Amino acid sequence: MRPFDYRRPASAAEAAADGAETGTAFIAGGTNLLDLMKLEVMAPARLVDISRLDMGEIEQTEDGGLRIGALVPNSDLAADPRIRRDYAVLSRALLAGASGQLRNKATTGGNLLQRTRCYYFYDTAMPCNKRQPGSGCAAIGGFNRIHAVLGASDHCIATHPSDMAVAMRALDARIETLAPDGSSREIPIADFYRLPGQTPHLETMLTPGELIRAVRLPPPRGGRHVYRKVRDRASYAFALVSVAAMIRIEDGVIADAALAFGGLAPLPWRDTRIEAMLIGEAPARELFALASELLVDAAQGRGSNDFKIPLARRTLAAVLGEACELEIAA
Amino acid sequence: MSSEFVMDAPDPRNLLDHMAQDLTGAPLDRPEGPLKVSGRATYAHEYRLGNCAYGVLVRATIAKGTLTALGDEAVRGLPGILGVFSDDRFLRNPAQGTADKAPVQGAQTIAYLGQPVALVVADSFEQARHAAQSLALRYAPDADGVFDPESDAANIERPDAKQRDQGDFDRAFADAHATVDSTYTTPAQNSAAMEPHASVAAWDGDRLTLWGGYQMLKYNRNELADSLGIDAENVRILAPYVGGGFGSKLGISPEAVAAAIAAREIGRPVKVAMSRQQVFEATMRRSETRQRVRLAADAQGRLTGIAHEYRVSNLPDESFSEPVGQATHFLYGGENRRIVHEIARVNRTCAGSMRAPGEAVGMLALENAMDELAEQLGIDPIELRKRNLPERHPEQDIPYSSRMLAQCLDEGARRFGWDKRSTKPGTTRDGEWLIGMGVSSAARKNITSQAEARVTLTTDGDAVVETDMTDIGTGTYAVLGQIAGDMLGLPRDRVRVMLGDTDLPPGPGSGGSWGASSSGSAVLEACAVLRRQLADRLGLVADGLVLRDGDIILDNRRIPLRDAMGAGPLEAVGIFKPGKTSQDYAQAAYGAFFAEVGVSSITGEVRVRRMLGTFAAGRILNAKTARSQCIGGMTFGIGAALTEELVHDLRDGHIVNHDLAEYHLPVNLDVPQIEVHFLEERDDQACPLQSKGIGELGISGAGAAITNAIAHATGARIRTYPATLDKLLAVME
Repeated sequence: MRPFDYRRPASAAEAAADGAETGTAFIAGGTNLLDLMKLEVMAPARLVDISRLDMGEIEQTEDGGLRIGALVPNSDLAADPRIRRDYAVLSRALLAGASGQLRNKATTGGNLLQRTRCYYFYDTAMPCNKRQPGSGCAAIGGFNRIHAVLGASDHCIATHPSDMAVAMRALDARIETLAPDGSSREIPIADFYRLPGQTPHLETMLTPGELIRAVRLPPPRGGRHVYRKVRDRASYAFALVSVAAMIRIEDGVIADAALAFGGLAPLPWRDTRIEAMLIGEAPARELFALASELLVDAAQGRGSNDFKIPLARRTLAAVLGEACELEIAA
Repeated sequence: MSSEFVMDAPDPRNLLDHMAQDLTGAPLDRPEGPLKVSGRATYAHEYRLGNCAYGVLVRATIAKGTLTALGDEAVRGLPGILGVFSDDRFLRNPAQGTADKAPVQGAQTIAYLGQPVALVVADSFEQARHAAQSLALRYAPDADGVFDPESDAANIERPDAKQRDQGDFDRAFADAHATVDSTYTTPAQNSAAMEPHASVAAWDGDRLTLWGGYQMLKYNRNELADSLGIDAENVRILAPYVGGGFGSKLGISPEAVAAAIAAREIGRPVKVAMSRQQVFEATMRRSETRQRVRLAADAQGRLTGIAHEYRVSNLPDESFSEPVGQATHFLYGGENRRIVHEIARVNRTCAGSMRAPGEAVGMLALENAMDELAEQLGIDPIELRKRNLPERHPEQDIPYSSRMLAQCLDEGARRFGWDKRSTKPGTTRDGEWLIGMGVSSAARKNITSQAEARVTLTTDGDAVVETDMTDIGTGTYAVLGQIAGDMLGLPRDRVRVMLGDTDLPPGPGSGGSWGASSSGSAVLEACAVLRRQLADRLGLVADGLVLRDGDIILDNRRIPLRDAMGAGPLEAVGIFKPGKTSQDYAQAAYGAFFAEVGVSSITGEVRVRRMLGTFAAGRILNAKTARSQCIGGMTFGIGAALTEELVHDLRDGHIVNHDLAEYHLPVNLDVPQIEVHFLEERDDQACPLQSKGIGELGISGAGAAITNAIAHATGARIRTYPATLDKLLAVME
């Protein structure tokens, strides 16, 4: 761990101003950042501790949605009765992630910004374009079992590891930020993350010092919520594939569908072509098979992660079946 | 006085069954348990010495070559830095178990990526770690590293002593009614003990004291002394508590030697703990294996031939190679036999002993192959195994000492409900889950080792047991106290057990499942001497001495033991030595594993739904700690079958998943309720306690019951361990 300066600003505005300086990182729960700092994968010169700021509330918004403070711990968010009732997919995604101890510390804002679990990103002896731009990608041509099959580039094939963000993507969350100049904005989650392209070290659209203050959820969308996470052990492992689904059926046809995917891409993945295909149709196994094919039509395996393509397909079909209350059959 | 017992003939005295205290075998708690669960048991890294400095090891970041410069110019000016050490005496890798001398040394010659090449020492741990990460090591790399044991460039050795060719296997195979010819692979693994390797070194003149997490102190002392080029008399190692070893702490390892070198140099105690990544990279791994098993059988499923040909790997110049065929030698009959043992020399982290070296991986393949044969012949897998239990050791033609394998299979089947297993694979479902049941034999070679223990009867009539034997979470404190309590008629709380200090009589160390039997037999011998001394003092015959609850029972009187101690304390040293019975009898502990699994027909995920083990391991010394050992072993079996795989990057051999996030040990949710049952057995050929080793029995075959259950659930057999969902998807697609 490189020696660093530490500040504890009194307000969000002060934090954003402090954050603008090069080499600064915000720290809240620290569940990912501290590990990365110990390994010197990340070596910020300055930490701005926002953990004591007043951003820990979940409030009703005027439009009937919720505003979740950036510092709301994952455990509290998952247990909130409004979340459990109206945004069950989010509660389930949160509880599928990490461990109880980590969820007690990890925050809503921090979870959105957690870094990839790529083995090579974590090992400073290995080249990694995300850690050290221009050094190369050791995962390509190496062991890439947990890596992306969608949205990756020849510079980086790392995945985003969050479960929460996948549910947020399906829920069309908006990320409310405060910039160092005092301006605030709301970024739809669809625009929040960047694909790696040639700049895998740039992961979001946040500008230097821009502080996540809250995450806003639109009014409840109803329907049946499912979060299915497929992983290498029963608990405490990152998703190989995960699917967040909200499906509402009216008069025998799918009236609304929102689907997002984890473990497949450098960001919480969404493919609106699938939703368009489903809406207006009667639920049927053949339809789900077509939808699942669409999900992976542009997928590219890199060797050890080839299995994710059939796995994603099968998982999506099963989740659609479950969400549509179809009986599961092989 | 001291007394030596050599196991040259069966010991029918059955001493423990004639004692009055009834402690041995009872499910007693560990006396040190409350200390451990309340954080008061002091582990190596927790010793607080005045003026202690902190050292952090630095890894080589190339796979093969020479270290030409430390690149420490920028580091020396950092705050708190006391020195950067890189020394010819540094260890390339830990010593192998019972090596008793230094392993390959030298920081300059790099043989694998992750090899410790330097130690940075500073006033604080954080300063040392940052400096260690800031060194600009310079190398002259070699281009001829070999990273894949299957590579044509790998140097392959076939040591004569490890091969077996008996009868005419090829002919038996050609003439057989039924054959199996299957190749299985198992990945490299890491013990992943909870306590990382750590040492604190302090010098007092020429005398070195080292607090370290080690399993075999009498060997470790010699290994450390030899590594440093000093007299072993000047080395003391203390390891009263060890947070798990599983083989990874058998031999002295790099942090200990580095700490000792630095401590001497700077004149302060130095504390070095490995990071979890370093534990994965710079201690011991279990070798990956490729195993071809061929079985030849008649129509009744009786084996006529068995061939087990395998390849394992290790660094150059390492004596150890995973003895994959160990159980194959003795478990099943068949007069035509072939074992081929190959070692590929590779530039990967050193391979060494991990819980049940040999059986843990060899039985995965052998027990899968037996299942394949049973399926082919339409014979129940339990029946097939029972038909193939030979009368005598099939290669050495000696009798078995005790072997209740058939009874374990039958008893386990009854308790597990084996009769409810459908005979046709792939036919039982529970929603999306395909359900299957599997069985496997358990077998682990029984080994004993020379052991010494001192037992003192104090003037208070209490007992003190002393040996440098370790308790690595196994229950040594509990068990040795029970044996001494039984022999001396003392309740458990009047026996104090002192372990883990090389100033005490040399024990056998914890490894090879020999600790309890060997050190327990030494305690037994010492106590037998004390009983004679006591009897002499009282003018009685030792055989007739009845001791219970701290009293001497004489006719109808109870005399407090304390009253007999007026003439001073009594002390005896018991020495136990393995003898002819280890050659005259094929000794092993046996059992049977049963597993029920569910396999998701959608994702290929496997969940173990229940698991049961029946075991016969001679006298059970403590029913609770023995049960814990078996549960732990079976949990290792779940990991081996389903989740654990140390991945080497084939481009440079480095371990890709060197942390607990990506090296997947089974977590609580992966481990179902595990039932353990012991069958009553005594083995008077094994040792005077009539006990056999149990620490490794619970893993030896466990994973095969799970993979056999997967085959039963799905009708498809995964021969590439672990059975992760991608492999099941591939057969289900």
